[in-house]
Amino acid sequence: MAKVRTLLMALVLLVLAAAPAFAAAKIERVVSTSGIEAWLIEDHTNPIISMRFAFRGGSALDPADKEGLANMAAALLDEGAGELDSKAFSATLEDLSIGLDFQAGVDTFGGNLKTLVDNKDTAFRLLRLAMTEPRFDAEPVERVRSQILVGIRQSAEDPDTLASRTLYKTVFAGHAYGRPTDGTEVSVNAITVADLKSFVAGRLARENLYIGVVGDITPAALAKELDAVFGKLPPKAKPWMLTRVEPVGAGRTIVVEKAVPQSAIVFAEKGVMRADPDFYAAFVMNHILGSGGFTSRLYDAIREKRGLAYEVHSGLQPFDFAALITGGAGTANARVADTLQLLRQEWAKMAEKGVTQKELDDAKTFLTGSYPLRFLSSDRIASMLVGLQVENLGIDYPDHRNGLIEKVTLDDVNRLARKLLDPKRLTVVVVGKPEGVTSSP
Amino acid sequence: MLALVALLPVFAGRVGAGVFNPETFALANGMMVVVVPNHRVPVVTHMVWYKVGSADEGQGESGIAHFLEHLMFKGTHKRAPGEFSKILARNGGRENAFTSTDYTAYHQTIAVDRLEMIMEMEADRMTNLVLDDRVVETEKQVVLEERRSRTDNNPGAVLQEQVNAALYLNYPYRRPVIGWEHEIRALNREAVLRFYKRWYAPNNAVLVVAGDITAAKLKPLAEKYYGAIPAAPAIARERPSEPPQRAARRVTYRDARVRQPSWSRHFLAPSLKVGDIRHAYPLEVLSDILGGASGRLYRSLVVDRKIAVSAGSSYAADDLGPSRFVLYASPQPGVGMDKLEESMETEIAKLFADGVTESEVARAKKRMRAQAVYARDSMRTGARVLGAALASGLTIDDVEKWPERIGAVTVEQINAAARAVLQDSRAVTALLLQQPKKE
Repeated sequence: MAKVRTLLMALVLLVLAAAPAFAAAKIERVVSTSGIEAWLIEDHTNPIISMRFAFRGGSALDPADKEGLANMAAALLDEGAGELDSKAFSATLEDLSIGLDFQAGVDTFGGNLKTLVDNKDTAFRLLRLAMTEPRFDAEPVERVRSQILVGIRQSAEDPDTLASRTLYKTVFAGHAYGRPTDGTEVSVNAITVADLKSFVAGRLARENLYIGVVGDITPAALAKELDAVFGKLPPKAKPWMLTRVEPVGAGRTIVVEKAVPQSAIVFAEKGVMRADPDFYAAFVMNHILGSGGFTSRLYDAIREKRGLAYEVHSGLQPFDFAALITGGAGTANARVADTLQLLRQEWAKMAEKGVTQKELDDAKTFLTGSYPLRFLSSDRIASMLVGLQVENLGIDYPDHRNGLIEKVTLDDVNRLARKLLDPKRLTVVVVGKPEGVTSSP
Repeated sequence: MLALVALLPVFAGRVGAGVFNPETFALANGMMVVVVPNHRVPVVTHMVWYKVGSADEGQGESGIAHFLEHLMFKGTHKRAPGEFSKILARNGGRENAFTSTDYTAYHQTIAVDRLEMIMEMEADRMTNLVLDDRVVETEKQVVLEERRSRTDNNPGAVLQEQVNAALYLNYPYRRPVIGWEHEIRALNREAVLRFYKRWYAPNNAVLVVAGDITAAKLKPLAEKYYGAIPAAPAIARERPSEPPQRAARRVTYRDARVRQPSWSRHFLAPSLKVGDIRHAYPLEVLSDILGGASGRLYRSLVVDRKIAVSAGSSYAADDLGPSRFVLYASPQPGVGMDKLEESMETEIAKLFADGVTESEVARAKKRMRAQAVYARDSMRTGARVLGAALASGLTIDDVEKWPERIGAVTVEQINAAARAVLQDSRAVTALLLQQPKKE
């Protein structure tokens, strides 16, 4: 035993020493002639280019009564553009094995392009066409609309999805964050081709664009492509305005009755904004509370010791204009009350007694030591390059990110736990037929 | 393109030849070792694959392979329950495990300078597992919750279980990997340890390490930790085989939770190991032609005829036992299931009558070659594909020469495979329908 401990001590020291050395993977800032910027990690190991990008502004900007517009546009941009109708466009993508897709997030509208180097000219051209000359022909518009409607109807019966939707609707009541990204049956039916065109014209612009690229391309070649692909986008997006929102519904419990054998439980409380100086303390606290895989407190109390759930976790959810700490679990209807009681106990315990120095140290060595694990594929690295820009973290962030975690003290975490975690303020949604749990008035 | 139905992952099982270029060696006790170098970051993925899955379970013990997988985290003579995970986490590692019909695997991803520590711990739990009744009973509750969330809460998954039981008359793929609920409840510590002792041994395991490592560096460590474990007596996987199938079967599941009905037909099919194996590669190409974003079925049923919201096919050649070729579709609102089925049958008839075209085959092959290039990018893909292949009775060559073998498939072979395999007498047609609500 003593020997094992010595070995581990040595390893802990190594983690701290090793982490910065890895971050040397160089991110280059590439700026095109017309001023379009991308962050690049050049890597010629495989003949592949992975590009990810995001426009600030997501589904939260969908017009009232047209919820789901950004999501529907995302599903249609690769369904025909320029001279290529939907069939020709998708056949070209498929035949050349070019991956091109778009996704609507709450705060961003994102896209991915992945291609073999041999096909990059076509890939970049299709991407340009998709963003600047989408066709929105009747056939794909109606086909995609009916697919989205099927998805919405199905998710109304899926306990996890229904629980999340109800939670956001509750804590962000009256705010755009309370609406589902994919909309409702009514709103999706109301979306017109004119709406889709105005989405593209008003939202995809150069000023709110962030690009990350990984792979077999030089900075000079990328700079040229940036102008060709994104140069025709308008310089500015249509002005928009969202306001900071405080979650509401603290302390409420909402039960949505569904005849399912296992209840889906989700919960939320006010969290910490990404730019808040306390973010890193919250990050470490949440890791100890419910994000640490097989080692978190919630995992230990609810799954390991009691066998109450297969899945139980918590997570930080910073939006651009709000922040939550959220979580979820799934348990048999008869055991929901027990699970909620344990959840609230853990919440209170951390608020009142804080975490131990050992928990803090272990969390830090995990969070710093596991950072390189985010860099295992081109797609993930490219996403991270976009994330760094969207969150305004700076191009040298990978070099000092672990330092920010190291700086978090026991006082920081415990002060934050007292401030954030209040079991009486948790908003809880249960979908199922829970025994002994009812909606609060 | 909106993907409504989760297609099989692109690399589900088998990818490309000369793609991973692994190094391999064997330990004296029979444990096979595979190294997949990838030097992007100083990290490795370490996996131990056991050649045992749910299809190797005994009568009445469904779910035991998966239950053991959970219990492998509960400690050894040297380590308390959960200690493995705590040590790993403290060192910045991530881990998990998974069980399939044909294998069980444990994996960690961690900085390469921690590899030795992981190997010591993984080797320790290969033979030194310690279980007590309380831990076993508590974890059983976790597995029952896992079953509820994966299966019972999901009408599509409930139907899938029934389809498997109907498709395989005798082969153990008819049982769910997670197990039938009543049999999970009956599992106990003794049964699990018996299963563990029978199957967990170096000569029934494959070590795969991918990442910033070479065989030369790994070999002394593998010998030190895994090589020190004595081989168990020869372990044979003896599974019952499938009798001739003679009757078309239909399985209909109605559930009030279904908002969107779906149709599928599951044909018993050869794999690379069982049945008329020469059809396996042609069936892979056929599935690419029929399924896929602009494949025949999507284009015909969804785009042109507008009777379905999704349609496609799936097939995996790398099962150790008999595989299945699946056709599926989900109707547009207002389109009856009869009409959908008829349209799918028309597609099959057309395939039998006219076959696939040279151009379809050439395009499919090109796409499949590209998949092999993409597969090289992620560090974990090579480890997963090679590990799964070896644990399912295939060889490194089967993986590395895959593009070549796919490249050699002809139009005639695909047409012959389609006619041989897509026969109703060896198929289950499955319907997922809405049960009108009573209340």
